[in-house]
Amino acid sequence: MLRSRIIPCLLIRNKGLVKTVNFKDGKYVGDPINAVRIFNEKEVDELVVFDIDATVQNRDPDYKMIENLAKECRMPLCYGGGIKDVEQAIRISNLGVEKVAISSQAVINPSVVSDIIEAIGSQSVVVVVDVKKSVFGKYEVYIQNGTQKVRKKLPDLLKEFDALKVGEVIVNSIDMDGKMSGYDEKLIQIARDVMSSQLSVLGGAGSLEHIKRLISKYKIIGACAGSLFVFKGVYKAVLINYPAPSEKMDLASDSIGIN
Amino acid sequence: MIAIVNYGLGNINAFSNIYNKLNIEHRIANCKSELLDAQKIILPGVGAFDFAIKKLNESGMRGALDELVLEKKVPVLGVCVGMQIMAQQSEEGDMNGLGWIQGEVRKINCSNIEHKLFLPHMGWNQIAPVGGEKSMIFKDINFDKGFYFLHSYGFYCSNEADVLATSDYGDNFVCAIRNQHIYGFQFHPEKSHDNGINLLNNFAKM
Repeated sequence: MLRSRIIPCLLIRNKGLVKTVNFKDGKYVGDPINAVRIFNEKEVDELVVFDIDATVQNRDPDYKMIENLAKECRMPLCYGGGIKDVEQAIRISNLGVEKVAISSQAVINPSVVSDIIEAIGSQSVVVVVDVKKSVFGKYEVYIQNGTQKVRKKLPDLLKEFDALKVGEVIVNSIDMDGKMSGYDEKLIQIARDVMSSQLSVLGGAGSLEHIKRLISKYKIIGACAGSLFVFKGVYKAVLINYPAPSEKMDLASDSIGIN
Repeated sequence: MIAIVNYGLGNINAFSNIYNKLNIEHRIANCKSELLDAQKIILPGVGAFDFAIKKLNESGMRGALDELVLEKKVPVLGVCVGMQIMAQQSEEGDMNGLGWIQGEVRKINCSNIEHKLFLPHMGWNQIAPVGGEKSMIFKDINFDKGFYFLHSYGFYCSNEADVLATSDYGDNFVCAIRNQHIYGFQFHPEKSHDNGINLLNNFAKM
């Protein structure tokens, strides 16, 4: 039976790994290649890497860095950051990256998503949607690393990506980022209700219990986490960690329900 | 020497990295002349069926592959779409496949899953070898840990004897096929940690 995926999500700034809180205050947590090597040993299900400055700085993805990461990864790799067009997506795919993630550009111009799907296949295309609650509790979509709000409504946008048949959508909660207090289940439910593409969620995981709860409630889902897998203890000491294979089996044992 | 066929699809480097670590002689074959002395062949692939066939035709290596596999009986291992194109046809496209193994490619049926249909079938799944674990290709494989899958279509064999292993995603589907020296895996051994490394090592040592 398929196990839900438990996915460390790494953020890159100036070639180093950082971890943010609410998309701000990136704390340096180490070297990306070193982290990949540790995650290899821990046999992680998948790895997500976002270059969080590429789009904001309006620059190309750092292809050399991506190539180095892809070479090192013994698990599937998803890269996102700075991708605006088909040529960039193809180039990244050819570097040995299984999944290419698009966020700002996908929200602004969903047609680029279908172009990329046509070029590298829907299974390799991931759309990341950054979401923040307004003061009135309404979920709003942001681009440019959380700095710019867009007018499109979240469910409409998700439906649009679903209709394009993207392989996977990662719904990322800006409010829960780095808080380690649990996933935003209300937000997840909105996404689950309108989509039939694979859904992964990011933002809020602070314990394996949070992941277990997520999987037992939503079954087949990608459980992404940043802080949880780079910090240890209440003082957030940097320590790359990941559940042992037996722990992981236990967490994901509840992932599928058959009629 | 193992030739990894580079026709512009699939994670060529991932295979090469694993064989580098295992210290096994291999070559990324970009054209016909780099294929001819291959003792084993790996045929990777991701994406759509027709696109893969088209790229293989354009690479100029298709004729040489047919000759090596069908006449010289060089062992070959197809991965993901590299496996699917070994079929005669696919409902995903209109073009003919290589026809190395009798069967066709269809969308996998996951309608038994109680909540919603989720395709692609994405992530780590167990595999079950047909008729036990006798095949050398499965030496030292942990079937419960399984392998990484990323696909929406599957191989439906015409001959049951060609099914090497199945997997379960709401319904059983074929995840590994074999006819004599021709092997195909739906999952990605190049991205499946120790299980994948062992499998690629087994193929090399056979």
